[in-house]
Amino acid sequence: MLQDNRLLASGNKTPVASGAGPMVLPRGRMPHASVVLLASIVAIFSLVPLGFIAWVTYDVGWETVKTLVIRPRVGELLVNTVLLESITIPLSIVLAVTLAWLTERTDIPLARLWAWLAIAPLAVPAFVHSYAWVSLLPGMRGLQSGAFVSVLAYYPFLYLPVAAALRRLDPAIEDAAASLGLDPWRVFFRTILPQLRLAICGGSLLIALHLLSEYGLFVMIRFDTFATAIVDQFQSSYNSPASNMLGGVLVGCCLFLLGLEILLRGNERYARVGSGSARPADRRRLGWFVVPAVTLPIILAVLALGVPLITLGRWLYLGGLGIWRIEVVSAFAQTIVLAIAGGVLATVAAAPMAWLSVRAPGRFQRILEACHYYVGSLPGVVVALALISITVRLVLPLYQTFATLLVAYVLLFLPRAMVGLRASIAQAPVELERAAMGLGRTPGQAARQITMRLAAPGAAASVALAALGITNELTATLMLSPNGVDTLATKFWSLTSEIDYVSAAPYAFMMVVLSLPLTLMLYAQSKRTAGQ
Amino acid sequence: MKTALNRLSGALVLAASLLSLLAATALAGSANAQESEGIVVYNAQHESLGREWIDVFTKETGIKVTMRQGSDMQFANQIIQEGDASPADVFLTENSPAMSLVDGAGLFAPIEKDTLDQVPEQYRPADGMWTGIAARTTVFAYDKTKLTEDKLPKSMLELQDPAWKGRWGAAPAGADFQAIVAAFLQLKGEDATKAWLKGLKDNATPYKGNSVAMKAVNAGEVEGAIIYHYYWFGDQAKTGENSKNVGLHYFKNQDPGAFVSVSGGGILKSTQHMKEAQTFIKYLTSKAGQAVLKDGDSFEYAVGKDAASNDKLVPLADLNAPKVEASTLDSKKVVELMTAAGLI
Repeated sequence: MLQDNRLLASGNKTPVASGAGPMVLPRGRMPHASVVLLASIVAIFSLVPLGFIAWVTYDVGWETVKTLVIRPRVGELLVNTVLLESITIPLSIVLAVTLAWLTERTDIPLARLWAWLAIAPLAVPAFVHSYAWVSLLPGMRGLQSGAFVSVLAYYPFLYLPVAAALRRLDPAIEDAAASLGLDPWRVFFRTILPQLRLAICGGSLLIALHLLSEYGLFVMIRFDTFATAIVDQFQSSYNSPASNMLGGVLVGCCLFLLGLEILLRGNERYARVGSGSARPADRRRLGWFVVPAVTLPIILAVLALGVPLITLGRWLYLGGLGIWRIEVVSAFAQTIVLAIAGGVLATVAAAPMAWLSVRAPGRFQRILEACHYYVGSLPGVVVALALISITVRLVLPLYQTFATLLVAYVLLFLPRAMVGLRASIAQAPVELERAAMGLGRTPGQAARQITMRLAAPGAAASVALAALGITNELTATLMLSPNGVDTLATKFWSLTSEIDYVSAAPYAFMMVVLSLPLTLMLYAQSKRTAGQ
Repeated sequence: MKTALNRLSGALVLAASLLSLLAATALAGSANAQESEGIVVYNAQHESLGREWIDVFTKETGIKVTMRQGSDMQFANQIIQEGDASPADVFLTENSPAMSLVDGAGLFAPIEKDTLDQVPEQYRPADGMWTGIAARTTVFAYDKTKLTEDKLPKSMLELQDPAWKGRWGAAPAGADFQAIVAAFLQLKGEDATKAWLKGLKDNATPYKGNSVAMKAVNAGEVEGAIIYHYYWFGDQAKTGENSKNVGLHYFKNQDPGAFVSVSGGGILKSTQHMKEAQTFIKYLTSKAGQAVLKDGDSFEYAVGKDAASNDKLVPLADLNAPKVEASTLDSKKVVELMTAAGLI
């Protein structure tokens, strides 16, 4: 491998020196080829869950598929899913855009504090949100309650990109609109909102996919979705065709959402055409409106942070020291190890594709990239089902091992790893890499010494983001973990299902403790990519 | 500043990589250790009860036990998929249908005779391939503020009547409930079961788990729920906060609703630790093991010969349960019927 690179490097010297096109790397195809190969391997792995469901579908035959898929229960679940999405998403958009506008573009006092508080709910796992609400109001259940808790748990996924986009907008466009006589509201709806479309679409998609795959939140709030029904089926009959068919329908829903987002996003792009860089936008004066304006983030903080923390605090207080058993420590250690190992592996697995998609985009690469992204939209249940069946049937030594669990984590959190890596590779100028090669480095060395080093902060963010996901992951861990492994999430889960809310509290608390720094890092990263 | 930051991040990434590598080796090491010593128990019993049993057992015998927590049917099917390569040595369930499923697949090793002798015949299958380790009875947990004795259903079958629409709850997805349906199927046949399940789908509110269903009764969401008895006793023993409005109605009269479900323990034929596994099952059914049921906070019935159950419970003999052959409960058919009824 190393020799190959050296050979190639000497062959490449001339084109590098003579200078290629502005965006294209030197003509050597081989380093690309090896990266493409690596990315393809990851892509093939990511197709495994989908391929498995396709195989089961084929294997059981059309008649069985028909009786398992076309039945009233599946209809019920579909209705539930559509209703849940169509209540939660619009609410989250309104909430996140309002909040982002307030914190980024107005003179609201303590803007930074509100911005932090808007992100912080992400540090509380979704099922801990519902645990808090259910223990506060035991009657909470069904669609409305599910949507309510979902909004609180997930709106930061919209707030983050929208706030970042708002920060980046060129105020000159708004000034032009205002100078043409539009009042502030019209300026907002005609110039600002359209420019936020990408951020809104992206954030909404993320939330929509989370709603499809979320299990714990909805079980606790007693609302049936595909994810909960699949686990029910799984526990009744273990990877039966019925659970796999429900998984198939769920995958269909995911693909539908992905397609919908592409449609809504469109091809238009917005760019500054003026010279120089945009000045920061002025903050709008709120005047008397400041009172309702401040009330919104306060209410949100109380609902999305206050309630979980107060409930947790109450259970911890009631439990006293007795609930801090040694198992809490061991679950904490196992969770950290799994989260970091999974996060690093996911980032490593995402690296070839992230590099390709920035340095050598093309049609084939786009297909590979789609494979990387789609798999993260699959619910943990579906990925776990596939991995269980495959390891049991084909590679038994890997069954119930850390290796399989980590593969599941890599697949589930590949897109998260891609996000940070892609952005930071894109920021590392290709010219530096080329200059390094001009000075005699091989393409591999250049990529490692220049781009990888410049991309390190992004890589760290990727690891953190994936680790955050792993810390709070429940279904795949429940189904795949090796014997004797308990993560914070699985311990919390088994205790809450015996309604032992008191003993569950330390686990929930430790999950929050673990998630908090990762969430803060995520926030810092979103600022960085916004150029601040 | 910027380079310093980059260097820091680089160092972080490097540190993280090293850490994960270290962790991976450590984990691999521990995984091996797990295989070489002690037994693996697939525990579908309540985690707390399983833990109690195991802690006492390990203390007494020095045999290490690794517990994997799951549910009855999940494990039963899992063990069948795993076949000879199953990592499990012992399988414990809450109910018997899962045991029959594994037994039917020929994966159990016979239980030693001394162990079998510790359990009366009605709480174990005739073939001796597994044994009962505890029992639980079906009850109708009802809201004392809404229902009085005379308004309670005389039979579980009454609940399919439209008069009960919207008034009761159950946890149909759980193994507990599926055992009740399996008994119903054996007692009343397929058509009656289908009709009753349809009544369940139309009339009842589905909950996740017996304790959640009981909580709903307590909160006044439904007037009653079909659950097993010990959830109520367990809650009463703690704070009583989830059961203070709840009373228990025993159907008796050999009604399907008076079904006593046997929790099972079995040893996998494929085990590499036959001796330890046999010792474990022997312990569970022994005086000491059964005493955990009497004195602990599980409130399940003890089934060992001469073993007493918790004083607070209505004695097993007084429950007037229907005669059900535990070893032939048909779990596959139940899942099929329940899927068809749209319950799971």
